[in-house]
Amino acid sequence: MTQTAPQFHRLVASSGALVRFLIDGAPAEARVGDLLITAILLNRPNLRRFEFADTHRAGFCLMAGCQDCWVTLADGQRLRTCSELVQDGMHVIIDGAPT
Amino acid sequence: MGERITTDVAIVGGGIAACAAAVALRRAGLSVVLMEKRRCGAGASGVNFGGVRRQGRDLREMPLANRARLLWDGLSALLGEDVEFESSGHIKLARSEADLAELERYSHAARAVGLDLTMLGTNAVRAELPWLGERVVGASLSPDCGQANPRVVGPAFARLARRMGADIREFTPATGAWRAGDGFVVTAEGLEVSAKYLVNAAGAGSRLLAAAFGEDVPVTPLMPNMIVTEPMRYFINRSIGVCGGDVYVRQIQRGNVIFGGGMGWLDHELGLGRPVSDNTLDGINRTLQVIPGIAQAQVIRTWSGVDSQMPDHIPVLGPSATTPGLIHAFGFSGHGFQIAPAVGEVIADLIVDGQTPTAIADFTITRFRNWTPGTTEETTHTEH
Amino acid sequence: MSRIVVIGAGPAGLRTVECLAEAGLRPILIDESRRPGGQIYRQPPNGVPDAARLYGFEASKATALHALLARLGDRVEYRPDTLVWAIEGKRLSLLTGGNQHSFIEADALVLTTGAMDRILPFPGWTLPGVYTLGAAQIALKSQGVAIGRRVALVGAGPLLPLVTHQYRKAGAELVLSLDVTGLAPKLVLAGAMLANPKTVAKGLFYLARNALGGVPQRFGAKSLQAIGDGRVEGLVWQDNAGRSHTIACDAIGVSFGLRSEIQLADLAGCAMAFDPLTRQWQPERSPEGRSSVAGVYLAGDGAVIGGADVAELAGPRTALTVLADLGHKVDPARLAHLDSALARQRRFRVALEHAYPFPAALLDTLDDAEILCRCEGITVGTLRAAVRGRDVTEINRLKALTRIGMGRCQGRVCGQAAAELLARERAVEVEAVGRLRSNPPVKPVPLQAPLAASEDAA
Repeated sequence: MTQTAPQFHRLVASSGALVRFLIDGAPAEARVGDLLITAILLNRPNLRRFEFADTHRAGFCLMAGCQDCWVTLADGQRLRTCSELVQDGMHVIIDGAPT
Repeated sequence: MGERITTDVAIVGGGIAACAAAVALRRAGLSVVLMEKRRCGAGASGVNFGGVRRQGRDLREMPLANRARLLWDGLSALLGEDVEFESSGHIKLARSEADLAELERYSHAARAVGLDLTMLGTNAVRAELPWLGERVVGASLSPDCGQANPRVVGPAFARLARRMGADIREFTPATGAWRAGDGFVVTAEGLEVSAKYLVNAAGAGSRLLAAAFGEDVPVTPLMPNMIVTEPMRYFINRSIGVCGGDVYVRQIQRGNVIFGGGMGWLDHELGLGRPVSDNTLDGINRTLQVIPGIAQAQVIRTWSGVDSQMPDHIPVLGPSATTPGLIHAFGFSGHGFQIAPAVGEVIADLIVDGQTPTAIADFTITRFRNWTPGTTEETTHTEH
Repeated sequence: MSRIVVIGAGPAGLRTVECLAEAGLRPILIDESRRPGGQIYRQPPNGVPDAARLYGFEASKATALHALLARLGDRVEYRPDTLVWAIEGKRLSLLTGGNQHSFIEADALVLTTGAMDRILPFPGWTLPGVYTLGAAQIALKSQGVAIGRRVALVGAGPLLPLVTHQYRKAGAELVLSLDVTGLAPKLVLAGAMLANPKTVAKGLFYLARNALGGVPQRFGAKSLQAIGDGRVEGLVWQDNAGRSHTIACDAIGVSFGLRSEIQLADLAGCAMAFDPLTRQWQPERSPEGRSSVAGVYLAGDGAVIGGADVAELAGPRTALTVLADLGHKVDPARLAHLDSALARQRRFRVALEHAYPFPAALLDTLDDAEILCRCEGITVGTLRAAVRGRDVTEINRLKALTRIGMGRCQGRVCGQAAAELLARERAVEVEAVGRLRSNPPVKPVPLQAPLAASEDAA
């Protein structure tokens, strides 16, 4: 188990079509029907920086209650990742896109 | 039977001004009993915008505001708690030539009463606020205005007053007050207070108390509709207002952006102010026009409260016209936060010395002596 | 025609509109999610071919509920992806699709807002990889995903053996299933067998299957700690005998019972009462489903924690009350049947709460440095300093002075723990410290240019 290994783990294969999106400028893949939180955490260990300490967050309740899983996309849009489905072309910023 | 107390000063009300008065009176060695119907600082003192502002005030308030401004610098140290006061400056935007002319007029007049403002042209405003969305023709900057956290100031004053020996009673709504000899009796459930002096700082309840001494005045409730966002990137480094007063915004260091959205509504049954969704949406729209950079943030809370408004938008502050020993301090009309620490000292001056060095003659309750209930009252309008 | 609005499309809300629709009314069902089912029956993406595999015993119930609205068709006005963010009287502020504002004035409101996990902080609980038990279940049921590769589950309620069973059945690697409340309280359930034999049998089945499936099931813990460098790498716990255990894992699903979502009831003006059994404030609700406000009704976990089966009974029971209040004739036999089923469930529920007592011990050893408010990183020490130095005796004053409860979650995650800790500091019962007042919006609402708000014609 490395620090960079994705957090989530697929148990049931998805029958959805491939979705291509970006995380911090790097390409990533998910499936149609994946929530954005699933898509991110199948690729990464966390989904945002915590604004009040030098730590990260990876969501908590998955039911739109805790508000821990909000991310900002490259275009500035803010999304609660447990409520949104991943879409083609979404660009999620976690630690910052490389310049 | 109930508790009976004899004291020098009975204060009805527990907002910042009331608690600041308790502190100042204790400093002068007088005994104080303060009766607050809920928790100290939980009324208008705690729910307002949090602007610590001299700019834009009715100039008659400037002596009070000047005195208060000196107090704000040392307030956290005095109270022993961080009130999060920042002298971030206040910029008032002119969106038309008429607005600009008004700002210039005010700026000239304000200098004479001790407020020095800097006029900014379009380019200077752009340089100062590059993120401004609205087309402005100019602005007026007050560099030493600022902001603080209204939720903590009132409670901190109450605690200081208590430490200094004031008898602070929360959840103690006054049920009656009358003249007794040369002094007063004030009652609450299970409590009777005999005092030489009585201070009416009862906020929304001030009218009733004034009327009990034959001084009914046209106080109307004023419910500000307040909105706050989640924490976001800090960039609004000045407190922002506009001519007309319909937009007022500030951002705290943690990143939350606080702004106003018109009026709330008064829940008469509970005596509480509540936010109004339509006004919240309108407030959002208006504020986004001025600061589009906050568009991606989420609103996480709205609230309101009950302040008191006078028809001429300046408070009632000074001795009663009917009853010696009764001091009135109410009707702050949506802008009592900044002046409240000074109001407290003025109340103490009037009791201890019989006078105050701060000019308050314009706030006399006698200006309403010819008013009778039933006269049409002005609608609310608060300038920020 | 009376406009009846039901808020929440979980089992309670779905059965409520079913009953109202069958009586000839056309209720409006508003739900925050895009698909009905609530949380316990959260729907998988694209329809799952093998529901039984993910739901276990509950598959047929889930399927029936998911199909309910399709079956009712036009007899229900269904508004998904719509957040009710404020209530003024009976006027609801709605946000649809995240950007379309509108308002609707209801004649009657049925609040079926459900519940969330109850959370208590412990060292390391904000590490990436710590999720609620509910989240662990939702990840599996709606996404076919486990919260990690080596998962530890920790709980204090019947959700624990259920999620353990579901994860095991789905092939996840479960390294631990820890019931912090211990084994002894479960003996209470023996007596409750009479009230609800099927459910108890099911629970015992889970325990047995889990054990047979090789999942290490443990009972009783006085303390928990999630450890790891920037993410969960292990769980340390102390059992009731004081022995320390450590297990390697990369995800922890942990929560301690359920907490009703009462914000909309609060905004609608419903009186609240403290329930000592579940240690939380809940809207006052008559057995028929009426709140303290005329025209506002309550059903399901949003009013009183009872679980999905109770919600499916409380929904129609409350709907029949709404109908009766509107002057419709209702079948007394049906009422009697529902009432007796609910009473039986209630007795079982009480037993269940005793079988899983509130794990107070977990709060006893919290260090000042532990994070209490997850949204803003505010510590237990800040709460204690406020009590000791700033005369804080009540939870709203605590919020005003410390910011606990002022974050994005508006106290959903930290509120109950904050009240428990405040009560401990003050040496009073938790009821005495009050409850957090709700403010609109009940969930975050975007600022970005709201489209022109539209009003529903009366």
